[in-house]
Amino acid sequence: MQELGKAELNSTRIIRQDDNRVIIEKDLDTEYMVLSMGPQHPSTHGVLRLECITDGEVVVEAEPYLGYLHRCFEKYCEKIDYPAIVPYTDRMDYLAGMNTELAYCITVEKLLDIEIPRRVEFIRVITAELNRIASHLVAIGTYGIDLGAFTPFLFCFRDREIILNLLEWISGARMLYNYVWIGGLSYDVPADFKKRVDEFVSYFKPKVVELRELLTENEIFVKRTKGIGIMPAEVAINYGWSGPMLRGSGVKWDLRRNDPYSIYPELEFDIPVPDGKFSDVGDSLSRHLVRALEIDESLKIIEQCLDKMPEVAGFDPRAVIPKRIRPKAGEVYGRAENPRGEVGFYIVSDGKSTKPLRCKARSSCFVNLSAMKDLSKGQLIPDLVAIIGSIDIVLGEVDR
Amino acid sequence: MDKAMEEAGNIMSAMVQESKAAYDIIRERFGEAVSEFDANPTMPFFEVLDTARWVDIALFMRDDARLKFNCMACLSGVDYLEEGKLGIVCNFESIGQYTHRIAVKVKCQRDGGSIPSVSCVWHTANWHEREAYDMYGMVFDGHPDLRRILCPEDWTGFPLRKDYQVQETYHGIKVPY
Repeated sequence: MQELGKAELNSTRIIRQDDNRVIIEKDLDTEYMVLSMGPQHPSTHGVLRLECITDGEVVVEAEPYLGYLHRCFEKYCEKIDYPAIVPYTDRMDYLAGMNTELAYCITVEKLLDIEIPRRVEFIRVITAELNRIASHLVAIGTYGIDLGAFTPFLFCFRDREIILNLLEWISGARMLYNYVWIGGLSYDVPADFKKRVDEFVSYFKPKVVELRELLTENEIFVKRTKGIGIMPAEVAINYGWSGPMLRGSGVKWDLRRNDPYSIYPELEFDIPVPDGKFSDVGDSLSRHLVRALEIDESLKIIEQCLDKMPEVAGFDPRAVIPKRIRPKAGEVYGRAENPRGEVGFYIVSDGKSTKPLRCKARSSCFVNLSAMKDLSKGQLIPDLVAIIGSIDIVLGEVDR
Repeated sequence: MDKAMEEAGNIMSAMVQESKAAYDIIRERFGEAVSEFDANPTMPFFEVLDTARWVDIALFMRDDARLKFNCMACLSGVDYLEEGKLGIVCNFESIGQYTHRIAVKVKCQRDGGSIPSVSCVWHTANWHEREAYDMYGMVFDGHPDLRRILCPEDWTGFPLRKDYQVQETYHGIKVPY
């Protein structure tokens, strides 16, 4: 078969076949179609709109449009006192409130130079890791739903409910806690806390195995995610990716180890990175795999903290909280490892006011999502859903 | 306890020393284009005085074998109302290569000021510069797609400026409550 010529911008093709017959093919060109996915689309996990230019089933380009949930968190911060910002940080990443609170509080504490009691640090880490598990359970469960697996979602939410009950028990709220305060905590944990968390850990360990057999090793799930949306490590770093997204690309980078805060240096845990045996390094399956393995590591951390946590009679978690939080003049950039990656706060204090001059929140999902345009090129529309799901966005944090 | 505090102080200064060493390399190459090093313990930084060379400095920071700042962690817009300037603050680090970190400031005039875009150097800068433009209104020269990102496209004014006044109505809806 030999191509003899083309006319009218590829719409007509003249071919000489092997038996010397000449065939003229007409009307070959396809039309691009603009397909708006979202803002009210179940697979976008919130109010994200993707404007896809499609050629049949293939996405030529996808441009994300954000801002539907924009509340200008940063403007609010300039109007209110430092401790009053904590509840607002909950509302950024509403699936991992404890982690975002912790990131904000350790940032302000860097400016304040106060020493946090050890018991407070342990409680902070336990609650943060519990919240990390809850957040990963949502990520894994909804990812299953995106790809048509309904049962794992129910399993995930059943177990997440136990964690939310625990956190509600200690803070009074299911998702928006306002529990970690600058310099301490709002309340000490109840007397039975250790026992109940211990019960949860021993209940949950077999469930993790069950979840792995049900979803991660499911052949249909693997076929839908393996090799889809591959991101090389170099590009991922250049995009500023962090958290499970970056580790999915094979970079061993975890702020709990690389820029340690709180009591993480004292704890033993691994940083799971895909080895390329089960998944292709950097694809959607790797990112899912990192989240699934991180649950095990979080459980390990919680167990160690429960062992090491000092018991103090009549402990007052508000003891070292300054009466009036007025940091010295200066600037600070502090960050912590959230379930979705690095959450950072850039705070400028003028040294006179009890309100920050500038408080910028570096959102992990915002940065991770910015690679969407590159990731979606040439993918099928069903694969686009698999890629968005693997990024695990929370629009409250993207838009702030 | 005193010993622990002293050790903490030493770790802090080690971090600043690393930043200082990285700064010295940049200073040696670019001389007067960059300001003196600010060695504060919480966020050591320097300022780019000659903004026209910002992209050169950025490329040097990313590619030089001794620096390798391959990751821009954060880019924040700031309003310096008293100086009559707007600016950006970028936090850099080197993933997988070195442990040093540094922050860089670039400033421009409040009215009609512009800063060269580094979105060709770090992809992260693309959306962050759009956000800084959206909130503060400084223009990033050479940005491939400088549109508002969080506010609606037809919003007036730049919300995070210190002297921002909310528009009266937006599409016939009363805005300030």
